[in-house]
Amino acid sequence: MATSADRFIHRPNAIDRLGKTVVYAGELMRHPVYTRFLHWMVGILFFLALLSGFGIYLPWIFRFFTPLFGGGAMTRFLHPWFGIGFVFFFALQAINWAQAMTWTPGDSRWMKNIKDYVTRADSVESPETGFFNGGQKMMFWEVVCGSIAYVITGVMMWFPTTFGRIAVSVAYVIHDVSALIMLFGIFFHIYLSTFGEPGTIQAMTRGTVSEAWAWTHHPRWYKDVTGRDPEEAMKQASRPTAGDERTL
Amino acid sequence: MSDRGTLRIQRVSGHPGPVAGQGTQREDTVCKLIDTTTCIGCKACEVACVEWNDMPFRETYFDNTYQTMPDTQWNYWNLIKFNEDEHSDGSFAWLMRKHQCMHCADPGCLHACPADGAIVQYENGIVDFQQENCIGCQFCVSGCPFNIPKYDETTKKVYKCTLCSDRVGAGLEPACIKACPTGCLHFGTKDDMKFLAEKRATQLREVSGFKEAGVYDPPTIGGTSVIYVLHDINHPEKYGNLPKEPRISAAFTIWKEWFKPIGLFGAMLGFVGVVMHYVFEGPRRTQPLPPIKQIDPPDRAAGKEN
Repeated sequence: MATSADRFIHRPNAIDRLGKTVVYAGELMRHPVYTRFLHWMVGILFFLALLSGFGIYLPWIFRFFTPLFGGGAMTRFLHPWFGIGFVFFFALQAINWAQAMTWTPGDSRWMKNIKDYVTRADSVESPETGFFNGGQKMMFWEVVCGSIAYVITGVMMWFPTTFGRIAVSVAYVIHDVSALIMLFGIFFHIYLSTFGEPGTIQAMTRGTVSEAWAWTHHPRWYKDVTGRDPEEAMKQASRPTAGDERTL
Repeated sequence: MSDRGTLRIQRVSGHPGPVAGQGTQREDTVCKLIDTTTCIGCKACEVACVEWNDMPFRETYFDNTYQTMPDTQWNYWNLIKFNEDEHSDGSFAWLMRKHQCMHCADPGCLHACPADGAIVQYENGIVDFQQENCIGCQFCVSGCPFNIPKYDETTKKVYKCTLCSDRVGAGLEPACIKACPTGCLHFGTKDDMKFLAEKRATQLREVSGFKEAGVYDPPTIGGTSVIYVLHDINHPEKYGNLPKEPRISAAFTIWKEWFKPIGLFGAMLGFVGVVMHYVFEGPRRTQPLPPIKQIDPPDRAAGKEN
């Protein structure tokens, strides 16, 4: 069983060597260049596929979205290729993250107590939250399942005469449902990485997070990589140091 | 492929809201009647179709029957289907059926089509493809119960029989009707053609000994603007897979027209949800970050320490 610390040790590959990750004082390395590259490729292709698919999805929005891609015929031509790109890069990300995303009993407990997470019942995450929390893992596995559904149904819709009209018309519904679930999920993904939990997005841009962010959102990961107790570290940080004239 | 100046549009694919100008003119539903009992399989209608629409002749193949090619093509819209029907007493009959677009009153292709204005139904019942608006998605192919729309790889567009909407719009009969030497093809208003077809079916039942003769005008798709007189109305499949009860998949009717907008609305609730979460619960900032003052509603503050 891999710990979060094992996940932290990443063997650099060719993509990693193209860039660098600078870890400043008080920061922890979170995502290497390779992970960040895959994430943004998946993100860009997701939105291209989403917007081009949207044009075809509903008559009401056909004329809003198809001009973005050079008209209806071009939108239709490009959509499958965007989809293939999305699935290709996400597949690499899935391999990259498969171990870190393995579901644990702790994640089941996290899901059970999701209400506390949503209502911010505590100012920090539960101490057993590792590199990824239960919600992140659920999102990941949803995208894995959704991508498999996209590929199967997408190929059927691409070559309708090969698969027959009944199978294709079912594929069409499954493809749409998968897209709706991912659209629903993307709002939470973007919200939590920006406004909802400030300091998160730099994990995917610069690749590092502050230690304070780590013990707030992923205490067990903090413990694994630093060897320090997250609660103790937090208390220590809140203690006014010499020269700190902060009054609240 | 048609003249919009002379034909009023009744329905448009992928179009939000009603069709402009709908119902401003009175127009009779037109209909093509094909009496399979008098078809001799001469293929004059195929030639007339190819000539009028300026399509190239296709290569044929030989499989020990009179069937010249397996199916219609993107540029071959009209094909006689030959079927040898063996009876239980050892005798057999040739069943010949002119196969082309049926111009359904409730067209599956139009329901399936996502592109605004790529498929139109005129008020006279003709269903026509507008290739300039076609995006080549081929949803119409799976929407059609008769396997009619055909995709061209080169132009990435779908084509099918227009019921010679260009001729009909100018007051002429379709090219195939003009070419038929036996009088097996008729063209007129739907009412007239239904009357003629029923009369012929009655004659076949009462005089010619075809006890099962009847008119094929399937109500499951609201009737069609191409109707057949068949020797055996109970087994239309014998005439080259003519479906007994053609249906449009619910994916293109219930799903597309009802659940798609609802589903999209549901997905957008995710956006509303996160905005509301920010307003009602606020972000989780990195700790330590002691709040200066926290104002809780009384009942909620009771259960909390800070």
